[in-house]
Amino acid sequence: MNYIDPHIHMVSRTTDDYETLAKMGCVAMSEPAFWAGFDRGSAESFRDYFNQLTDVEPKRAAQYGIQHFAWLCINAKEAENVELSREVLKLIPEFLDRPNVLGIGEIGLNKNTRNEAIIFQEHMELAVAHDQSVLIHTPHLADKYQGTRMILDMLADHSIDRHRILVDHVEEHTIGAVLDAGYWAGMTLYPVTKCTPSRAVDMIEKFGAERLCVNSAGDWGPSKPTAVPDLILEMRRRGHSEALIQKVVHDNPKEYFSQSKNFSLDR
Amino acid sequence: MNANEILDREFLEIRAKLLDVAAAFDRLERADGSVESDPRMQLLKTAAKLNATDSDHNLSRAEKMQMLFSRQYDPEWIKSFDLSQRG
Ligand SMILES: [Zn+2]
Repeated sequence: MNYIDPHIHMVSRTTDDYETLAKMGCVAMSEPAFWAGFDRGSAESFRDYFNQLTDVEPKRAAQYGIQHFAWLCINAKEAENVELSREVLKLIPEFLDRPNVLGIGEIGLNKNTRNEAIIFQEHMELAVAHDQSVLIHTPHLADKYQGTRMILDMLADHSIDRHRILVDHVEEHTIGAVLDAGYWAGMTLYPVTKCTPSRAVDMIEKFGAERLCVNSAGDWGPSKPTAVPDLILEMRRRGHSEALIQKVVHDNPKEYFSQSKNFSLDR
Repeated sequence: MNANEILDREFLEIRAKLLDVAAAFDRLERADGSVESDPRMQLLKTAAKLNATDSDHNLSRAEKMQMLFSRQYDPEWIKSFDLSQRG
């Protein structure tokens, strides 16, 4: 089955991964800007990263017939440095017209601090000013519930169509609030710290498939770039229809991305 | 899938997961030193007991366990951060 991985960090993955994903049916993916595993020294380092996301990765993906899209921001972890963040925020507009850019992301909270909240709000103002969709990272583990609620509180301040916002890494205790408020929700299949394919299918059964996407968030940490096919298999084993599976892994991300002016799907 | 089918499919898997948890508690007890007073141990024990309780209509077991491991949310947080004074 053709599928889209709406959240995967291919800068951290090998070319062999592109080949494997293509063989498994991945036709498109989107890559949000995130933490590199170390704090960058300057805004110029982010300029290079944005070039990588908007120039290098699309070419690498195209070799395997995969369309690569990207989201730009300074991640929640480095947002603790307000001064650096503001320099990076100034860089972003010049990249927004690059042909694979879908919007601002993945912004969010990490340890739910005041500085993170300040930079979150400034990213939201940038998104509103430039009519961009927004992809939001919610914190992990013990910080997730508190951070997700804080993010929902902050989002309520902005005049942006809620359907243009995807709140990612939802789990059992946060999915309901995100969907009820009218946002898109993303479930991340990630060993140990996030969600397993079984639990993700449980949530689809419980909440339905409207405005719900599934991603691997494959990155430089212990993660599995082929996690979306794992979910497809689990849904089939439970007897779900091909139409429902396709909605979750292909049609939903396509619908969400289609609100970005740079998005079009070749196949 | 009905409940019987799910149990047929998952019995051994669930059994293995529970056994893994039991062995981990044994391992902690057997090791030198003690973590009994570590608050994380209390969380783990409460979580383990949660599996054997009935779900209630408001919260599933998974949601209850997630909340057990979550930091508190204070709806007044925005006031204490004073985000109007950014900078
Ligand atoms: Zn990510």
